[in-house]
Amino acid sequence: MRSVASRTSFRRRFVNGLMLGLTYVAAGVATLPLLFVLVYLLAKGVSAVNWSYFTSLPRPPGMGGGGAANAIVGTLVIVAGASVMGVPIGIGAGIYLAERKGAPLAVFVRFLADVLNGLPSIVMGIFAWELVVVPMGHFSALAGALALGAMMIPTVTRTTEEMVRVVPSTLREAALALGYTRWRTSLRIVLPTALAGIVTGVLVALARVAGETAPLLFTAFGNDFWSLSLNQPMNALPLQIFNYAISPYDDWHAQAFAGALVLIALVLIISLLARAATGRGFARASE
Amino acid sequence: MVDEILAGPPGEAEGPPVEPAQPRVGIHGGGFGDRIYSGVITLSALCVPALLLLIFWVITKAGWLALHTFGFGFLTSSQWDSVKQQYGAAPALYGTLVSSFVALVLATPLALGVAIFLSEFAPAWLRRPVAFLVDLLAAIPSVVYGLWGIFVLVPFLRSWVMPFLRDTLHLGATPFFSGPAYGPSMLAAGVILAIMILPYISAVSREVLMAVPRSQREAALALGATRWEMLWGAAIPFARSGIAGGVILGLGRALGETMAVTMVIGNRQEIATSLFAPGYTMASLIANQFTEATSDLNLSALMAVGFVLFVVTLLVNAGARWLVWRTSLETSI
Repeated sequence: MRSVASRTSFRRRFVNGLMLGLTYVAAGVATLPLLFVLVYLLAKGVSAVNWSYFTSLPRPPGMGGGGAANAIVGTLVIVAGASVMGVPIGIGAGIYLAERKGAPLAVFVRFLADVLNGLPSIVMGIFAWELVVVPMGHFSALAGALALGAMMIPTVTRTTEEMVRVVPSTLREAALALGYTRWRTSLRIVLPTALAGIVTGVLVALARVAGETAPLLFTAFGNDFWSLSLNQPMNALPLQIFNYAISPYDDWHAQAFAGALVLIALVLIISLLARAATGRGFARASE
Repeated sequence: MVDEILAGPPGEAEGPPVEPAQPRVGIHGGGFGDRIYSGVITLSALCVPALLLLIFWVITKAGWLALHTFGFGFLTSSQWDSVKQQYGAAPALYGTLVSSFVALVLATPLALGVAIFLSEFAPAWLRRPVAFLVDLLAAIPSVVYGLWGIFVLVPFLRSWVMPFLRDTLHLGATPFFSGPAYGPSMLAAGVILAIMILPYISAVSREVLMAVPRSQREAALALGATRWEMLWGAAIPFARSGIAGGVILGLGRALGETMAVTMVIGNRQEIATSLFAPGYTMASLIANQFTEATSDLNLSALMAVGFVLFVVTLLVNAGARWLVWRTSLETSI
């Protein structure tokens, strides 16, 4: 009897230890690709990130030098345009979801926001192409901003909702009891309280769309020259990385690595700002 | 108003049951300002279903010519010939399914391991940094993964992994690991997709595991279970459908992922059983061919591919959400 019991318990302890160990291994393996990617980019890209990369225009292959000044500015312009479209709608929808938690329309919209969030970014690209590029007859930064703006809506909506929800109801009730109207309570009491969280949500959405390439392929399209017009094709950092990466030229490859470093730095800075705002952030993967 | 009419009834039909008789507090009622405010935020909320409808309508319209011309054969034909004006999405459909499947097979056990590690076993000092690093995987742009894939992953697979699988492990006897080791391949796409969807699966799994009631765990431990038995016997069954939801959510990401895949899959319009052979996915087909489309029918065929992709990811995502939602409902009781 005794020996059987101890044998079983040895097996059980063994399985326990083995599985515990395997989860450690999984955690280790899962973080490896990140380290590989970052180390490789640093090794390849740092030498090409210099002053001229930030200040000059792209040059043809073989000429050396050149940079991505217009791509960096373009990314900022397109992302700003996307925010103008996506953020107000997202915040408004988020407030609605938070204030009307269980209403049928709220449940429905919440579900659709999640579904929208999972749509492939290239689908957003062809959507904006068909909606803007085809009627206008040419590629434009506006179309790119529309594609990215549509992608921002569900993320902003869901984080705003979450943040407005955690505002204590006592605050709201106190304001109402003092005679505030509902809209003023919402705008002057609830929103400022949830502001840090909402800012985080917006920044997370920004970080996500700033690195998107697929929606820009046939909307903003890319441009080797300076253009600040929303009505014209515009370069963006991810587009330039893609075009340079698939080219056969070594000096363009180096520029692609530099671009990847700058893009990751941009995304990380935005994400860290988001973290600083509320102590949480990054692409909230569950949303 | 049109949006409201369009969105209203399906909302009531599809939405989960809601406790009736909401007290009329909150944003309704009150004065003029309240009504305007309420109108503005309701309108914002209606933008979400309106946007989804608009996307659906626009893409359907754009792909209609091809869908109408080729009918169901569009999904089964392998031809993509702009001279003969024959288009079929079968290789792209096949490539999408296979690369996503490979990604799931690679990513799911790893992601589950990470989720279990972070929710159960990790010492406190390791928990935050590891969670941070895994989250960071989701923050790296797709095109950067693609860049790394072209210069590191593809050569590595070609010189080490493929020969190893085919010759050392003798898997070359099966059709899946045979043939010459091209660099850009279905395998490369699957591996890069696995890296990209891992953080999504692990984040959802972690959340549902942490939502398992304490009493479940404690009961199992009190009965003398080891920590693993507690996990396997009590926690995971409780979180099962949520974990499944996370995996399907990852699948949704993998199906639609574009840039990284376009850069490593090789872009060849052919169905090959070997994972070492290049292929296409629906997303990479669109990304790669769009600017070269020569005729209306060609363009419409690409849009039709986009339509299929849209419908597939819509269904997959809706299913995943439903599963996750069901778990959160169960665990909250």
